[in-house]
Amino acid sequence: MLQFILRRTLIMIPQIILVSIIVFLLAKAMPGDALTGAFQGNPDVSQEQIQKIREKLGLNDPWYQQYGRWLGNAVQGDFGQSYVHKQPVTHLLAGKVENTLLLSFFTLVVTYIIAIPLGIISGRWTDTWADKIIVTYNYFAFATPVFVFALLMMYLFSFVLGWLPYGSSVDIKLEEGTWDYFVSRAKHLVLPVLSGALIATYSTIQYLRNDIIDQKLKDYVKTARAKGVPEGKVYIRHILRNSLLPIAAFLGMEITLMITGSIFIESIFSYPGLGFLFIQSISTRDYSVVTALVLISSTAVIIGTMLSDIILSIVDPRIRIE
Amino acid sequence: MKNPVLEINDLRASFNIKGNYYAAVDGVSLTVHENEVVAIVGESGCGKSALANSIMGLHNLKNTKLEGEINFGNQNLLELPLAKFNKIRGKDIAMIFQDPMTALNPLATIGRQIEEPMDYHLKLSASEKKNRTLELLRRVGIKNEQRVYEQYPHELSGGMRQRVVIAIALSCDPVVLLADEPTTALDVTIQAQIMDLMKELQNQTKTGIILITHDLGVVAEMADRVVVMYAGEIVEMADVKDLFENPLHPYTRSLLNSIPANFEGKEKLHVIDGIVPSLQNLDRTGCRFAPRIAWIPEEDHEERPEMHEAEPNHFVRCSCYKTFYFPEDRVGENEYVATES
Repeated sequence: MLQFILRRTLIMIPQIILVSIIVFLLAKAMPGDALTGAFQGNPDVSQEQIQKIREKLGLNDPWYQQYGRWLGNAVQGDFGQSYVHKQPVTHLLAGKVENTLLLSFFTLVVTYIIAIPLGIISGRWTDTWADKIIVTYNYFAFATPVFVFALLMMYLFSFVLGWLPYGSSVDIKLEEGTWDYFVSRAKHLVLPVLSGALIATYSTIQYLRNDIIDQKLKDYVKTARAKGVPEGKVYIRHILRNSLLPIAAFLGMEITLMITGSIFIESIFSYPGLGFLFIQSISTRDYSVVTALVLISSTAVIIGTMLSDIILSIVDPRIRIE
Repeated sequence: MKNPVLEINDLRASFNIKGNYYAAVDGVSLTVHENEVVAIVGESGCGKSALANSIMGLHNLKNTKLEGEINFGNQNLLELPLAKFNKIRGKDIAMIFQDPMTALNPLATIGRQIEEPMDYHLKLSASEKKNRTLELLRRVGIKNEQRVYEQYPHELSGGMRQRVVIAIALSCDPVVLLADEPTTALDVTIQAQIMDLMKELQNQTKTGIILITHDLGVVAEMADRVVVMYAGEIVEMADVKDLFENPLHPYTRSLLNSIPANFEGKEKLHVIDGIVPSLQNLDRTGCRFAPRIAWIPEEDHEERPEMHEAEPNHFVRCSCYKTFYFPEDRVGENEYVATES
């Protein structure tokens, strides 16, 4: 088992290097560079001066030299300077990584808290009124774009009812570390989390429902019933264990989707996380930030896939690799 | 006479097909005694498995209607609430399934799966359960039982898995054991081993066994009594020796006549005309086998075929057995020759 995890981790390294090269080249391929953005059209700076700075910054070197430098720095946590914010990218990311992780984590937890019981009810009691209600909700969740739903939630709970704040991650008047600060943070999380989770449930519900319907006709379920196992236990001990496999396998993927997929939610709620920063940086052409963010999210995808593999190998004895 | 352990009275199991109920088991009455092996034979679709599933309560009751009685002890299993029925199945009545490749939960160890019925039916400590399980594994012929106890189903071969399925069925010393084609999914050498095992286990216990099969060789070797089913009905019931020596019903005779081993290579192998009618297409009035022996005149059948005790303890349905003959035996003396299907 340990060996499997170790090997799976080693495979990750070339994947991440490959991704970083692609990310770097894509950033290079974008028209212009940092200097065009900063000085273009500025009458006080001549083209020659720009050329000089380019030479000094190494922007005229071949791509692999530049890549080497960039990677060397990135590994040490230095993603360069943000051209727009005039501060190191690392500083910019600092609080935002935490915000996004918090948001993603709670969204994921709430998604499962809602989706798993609903999926079980729906799969076990198919074609009952409860199942029909759940399936209907599911189609709504599937069909509703998250940005429309988030706006509706915001309108309803912030503007009409006034129960919850509609932007930012905390009330700026409060001091960090106090109880009120904590409550304010929690309150600011509720709407973004609910808006994301209520929509994100559909895949889990659908998977679980279908899999339970599939599993309950299997022969081993008959064996369990023939053993005299009470019906509730047949579901918990036999059907559910098998049906949760695909859900467990998706957990890793789900984590990465949450990190990369909260762009909409963060933008709508002006929640200062990575997604919000990503959108901002793209619209202001803040390339060094964009590159750093793309690298982070692709690494998250790779790690998520690895997590999926590891989780699955823990829960399913059939795919344990010796 | 030995003690009866299971009595089935006029059992009817009907399936809902597009709004109508069609009986797959149609008025079956059968008694199983202790220490007796009753074989149920018949071709696919004759209602053998539907009968077994009725006894075990494995039908989906949403689209299945069960009528009649299945008496175990002094209780009718069909009227028993599920919670009470669950105290009986797995303990007093157990079942061996057809396909060992799918009958085991892929995520649980063999040990867990054999111990599971003990959790509900026997009051044993964890170590007692484990010892009993290891003992069971040895009894079903698994030699490295310590290792198998920890293993998962996918690590075992088909024959091994079927032994495990048998161990599960035997885990709480059942009074009645149903074996639904226990060897069909196995290859021939393993089939023989499993049948030997069943026979050995049968000799050790007083369990009454219902053996569902379409392998007449297995029947001859294992059974005390044979029940022949056709289209949901019992058409003949006799002790195994009587049945093989003196088969009466046209269907039984046709089946026995279709075995290559009984055939000396001088003529074509006997083939029964037509197919088993599907549930919807079955004509439920008159002799159900009549369409497949069309050369027998209509007046030889009964209008409402009943079981007759033709000889002591040898029952047969309908009167057509009295005049039945195979057309190929009378080529030349009779103008009717069966068309080949």
